Formats: sequence, structure tokens, C-alpha cells
Amino acid sequence: MPRSSVEDTGRPLPDLDPVVPAPPALPHGVLRSLLGAWALAACSAAETAAVEEHLGECGSCADEARRLREAVGLLHQPESLDLDPALRTRVLATCLDRRPPRIPLPEWATPYDAETARLDALLQDIRDAEWHAPVRLRWFEGDAATSRRTTVAGVIAHLLSVDGLVAVALGLDDPVAGEGATGPAARTEAYWRASHFPPTRSVRAPWREQSHNLVRTVSFTGSGAGKLSVPYGGFTLPLHDAMLDRAFECWVHAEDIADAVDYPYEPPAPRHLHRMIDLAARMLPGALAARRQAGLATMSGTPHLVAAGQPGRSLRLEIEGAGGGQWLIPLDSPGAEGSAELEVAHVALDGVEFCRLAAGHVPPQEAAAGQLGDREAIRDVLFAAAGLSRM
Amino acid sequence: MATKSAPPRWDRKMQQRLARGEAAALGELYDRFASLVHGLAHRVLGDEEAADGITREVFAHVWEHPDAYDPRQGPLRSWMAALTHRLAVQRLRATETAALTQGTDAETRAEELERKVRHASVAARADYIVHSMPAPLRAALDLAYVQRRDYRQAAADLGVTEDEARRRLRLGLQLLSTAHDAGTPPGYGGAV
Repeated sequence: MPRSSVEDTGRPLPDLDPVVPAPPALPHGVLRSLLGAWALAACSAAETAAVEEHLGECGSCADEARRLREAVGLLHQPESLDLDPALRTRVLATCLDRRPPRIPLPEWATPYDAETARLDALLQDIRDAEWHAPVRLRWFEGDAATSRRTTVAGVIAHLLSVDGLVAVALGLDDPVAGEGATGPAARTEAYWRASHFPPTRSVRAPWREQSHNLVRTVSFTGSGAGKLSVPYGGFTLPLHDAMLDRAFECWVHAEDIADAVDYPYEPPAPRHLHRMIDLAARMLPGALAARRQAGLATMSGTPHLVAAGQPGRSLRLEIEGAGGGQWLIPLDSPGAEGSAELEVAHVALDGVEFCRLAAGHVPPQEAAAGQLGDREAIRDVLFAAAGLSRM
Repeated sequence: MATKSAPPRWDRKMQQRLARGEAAALGELYDRFASLVHGLAHRVLGDEEAADGITREVFAHVWEHPDAYDPRQGPLRSWMAALTHRLAVQRLRATETAALTQGTDAETRAEELERKVRHASVAARADYIVHSMPAPLRAALDLAYVQRRDYRQAAADLGVTEDEARRRLRLGLQLLSTAHDAGTPPGYGGAV
């Protein structure tokens, strides 16, 4: 027989006031199981009342309840105690000073070691949802800005895939397995494609493990490591330059991530920044030659071809700020020597700005540069710098 | 959770690499334990700069004396925590002894110091326990304490039964309450 609602019976409605109904009769085992939730004030009012009534009657539960309440007092809200990234450098320096390592890190691997550690510290702090924050990878191709949409986790997958080029050259496992992809972009796309789901924070562990393995392995290759070269698909880099390149990319993408999740991120230590700028400066003559071959160069007249090792027309690249310096870039042939006597142009820009240019994050037209001399030479060098960028 | 039997492979290899003088191993050691070490030191000393100093001393000690750690005695993590605790409490004693005013009598000063040391030790041990407890227990405590979810909501968030949510909260607090038990020096080894 269906029950009729009390509203339909004409009898008075029950009083709504008593918020805490009479404690339900709960068995001892259930009350005991509630003690943790009770201590944390995480059960219903009725359950709280039932537990508290029980504590007056049951000595062992009362003892436990007191202990658990005290334990709650030891919890505290998480403090955002971000470790100062510079502390790592200082601590390691102290250690290595007190006991010199038998197997040191090669000098050219320290920027990679430092940058991967900085990025990992950033990743440690970001919340689950932030791993899916959108990030736009940006670079230059054929003098035009290009971009590709991904997520924070997708960026780490990208770093993992491209760092894998160095891993393969060193005989370590290839994170992009079973694919014929060779260059950075192809490898990244292959890695993204190979997983059924978009990358998640679970990509952090393999990326970090590989970066630790790279640092460890190059420490053992010793002085012979300079002869190893890393194929990047279209070109190759000597191992020590490849490790610098990976340090640079790690910083650039760490900044992409930091922007996406709204965290502050500092440039690398000046001596590391200097090495990165130096690598870009050394790659510029080759990039200028490639532009000429591709018909992108604007320099008028025929290039003054010079024999390898001979001084040639040069642009003075003056990098200001911490980690800066001066580089003479031979303009007409990658084999020529930079020459102060044959200087035809002078460009000055800030070190971090130059790196952003070389990362394809600042258009060459907007690279805030003090310029003097041959305008076309300057334009070509700035576009060549942007052209060093890739996915 | 740490087991007393075979020492974890990572701990053993790390100890060997440190003993060999591999700088890369030192970097990895730092990357794994720096936030634990710095966090515990900060909990004891309540000061950023002092915590930086302890962090430096802890890693320098391990690097200079790699054989001081015996993987058969327990996990490297517990050993690092105990070392951090010892050095931080030493520092606390030194700075507090110097700072306590001359106005009070020696006995009161000594009591005050011991009270502070005890308090700091329990707090640091509690942090260690929270960070070392199984992730499901920590997640449940986090939901109830930090996010103020009741156990039914926590059960839904975690995708477990209400019974299981109650069990995790109780077990997590039981583990945490052992922070009060151990005397000094703290027992970082064992089950937690």
C-alpha cells in the first residue's frame, strides 16, 4: 500500500529546527572507523554526535580519538616553499670543492644539467590541470613565423623526443621507438602520434630519467666525446654543441611553459647564457650561406668569396648584459675568419633578446637592436638568427 | 613504504656512484632529495637562509662520506631525513643558546630550549611522515584537511567506497600520530 505524504494527512509537519537528529545507534566498529573523519571534522553532524557520545563510554576509542586529534594539529597548509633554483648550483659547488669528483661533468654539459634541473623544479610545482594548459610552439621557417599548438605535457614530450637524438648518438634507448623519423619536428610528431592519448604529467618521469642519463653518460665519454656527432636530420652537431643546443631548447621551452601557467622564470646563469649565445654566433655563418642558397639573402652584389681560414667581410655582433660579449660574424663564407678590419656592420642587442630571436620568439624586424653600417648585412644576419630556430 | 629487506636498487646504485666520485650522481641525489631536506630543515629552523645552509651541509656530508650510508640499514631517504634532522637540531641548539636572554635563569633557559627542540622535532617528523606515507593516504588527508571535504565527498573524489575513505583518514592520522612517539634522535627508519 503506497504511503501518503505527511503533507497530505493534515497532521502537523515535523519541526525542522533540530539540525542534529538524535544520534543513530551505530555499532562500535563503525564508530571506531569514523574516528579519523571525526578528528578531521569530516563527518556529518549526526555522526559527530554519535561518535562523541560513544567517546564518553568507550575508553579505548577515547584514547585513540585524543591521539588522532593531536595528529591533526601536526598537519599544516602546504606552504609554497619553492626552492631557489640557484641553491642547486651553490650546493653542488660546495660539495665538489670539498671533494673533487673523480668523474666530473664536462664543462659543456653543465648548462644542460642546470637547465633540465630548473625545468624539473618548475614541473614539480604545477598542478595536474596545468599540464593540459595550451602552449604554442613558435619558430621561423623560410623567414616566416610558424607555430604549432600543444600543451605543457606536449612540450615535455617534444623535449623528450628531441633530446632522444643525443641519447641515440650515445647508444642509449630511443624514446621514439620503431619510427623512421629523423629530425626534431618529425620525431616530435611521431611521438605525439604514437600515444593514443594526449601526453599527461606522466611524461615527466621518462623525460627526467633520460636527461639524467644523458648527463651521466657524457661524463663517462670523457675527452673523446668531442669526436661524436649528433645527426639532427638535415644537419649534424658535435656532441658538446648538441648538449648546448638541448640546454638552450630546454630553457626556451621552460619559458613557454612558465608563460602558459603564469609562473616567473629567470634566464640561465650568465656563463651558461654566454655559451648558448656563442653556439648561435658560431652557427650564423652557416645559416647565412644556407639563406644564399635558398635565395633568401638580400645582400646586394656578389659575395666576396674568400678561401677558408682567410679574413672576410664581417658583422660585429655585440651582446649586452650578463653573459654577453662580442662576436665577429663572417658574412660571405662559413669558412672565412671574422675580421675587425673588414667590419661592415655592427649590431648591438641584449643577450636574452638575442636568444629569443634565435629561438624564433621575436621577429627579426622587432629585435630591439642598435644598428650601424650595412643595413642589408644586418637584415640578413637577424633573419639568419631567427632561422636558427626550429620546432 | 620502505622495506627492511633488500635495499632498493636505486639506493644501492646511488651509494656506489657517490663512492666512485661521480659528479652526475651528486646532481641526481640533489634532484631527488633537495626539497625533502630543505623542507625538514625549514620546519625545524623556521628560516630560509638557515635551511639553505643545512641543505648545503647535508649534501656535502653525503658527498664527502659516501660510505656513511649503508643501504642494508634502510632506505636512503630515511637516512637523509635523519641526517637533516640531526644537523638542523644542532643548529637550532646553537643559535637558540646564543639568542636566549641573560635575564632568565639557566634552568628556565634550558627548559625553554628543550621545549623548542622537542616541538621542532615533532613537527619535522610529522612532515616526513606525511611525505613518506602511501600516496592514497596522503591524498585522503589532503582532501579532508586542506580542501575541507567531508569523508563522503572525499570518497567520491577518490573513487573509493565511504568505508575506504574513513579507513584511509584514520590510518593516515594513526601514522602521523607516531611523530609524537619517538624520542630524540627521531626514528626515521622503519615503517614510515
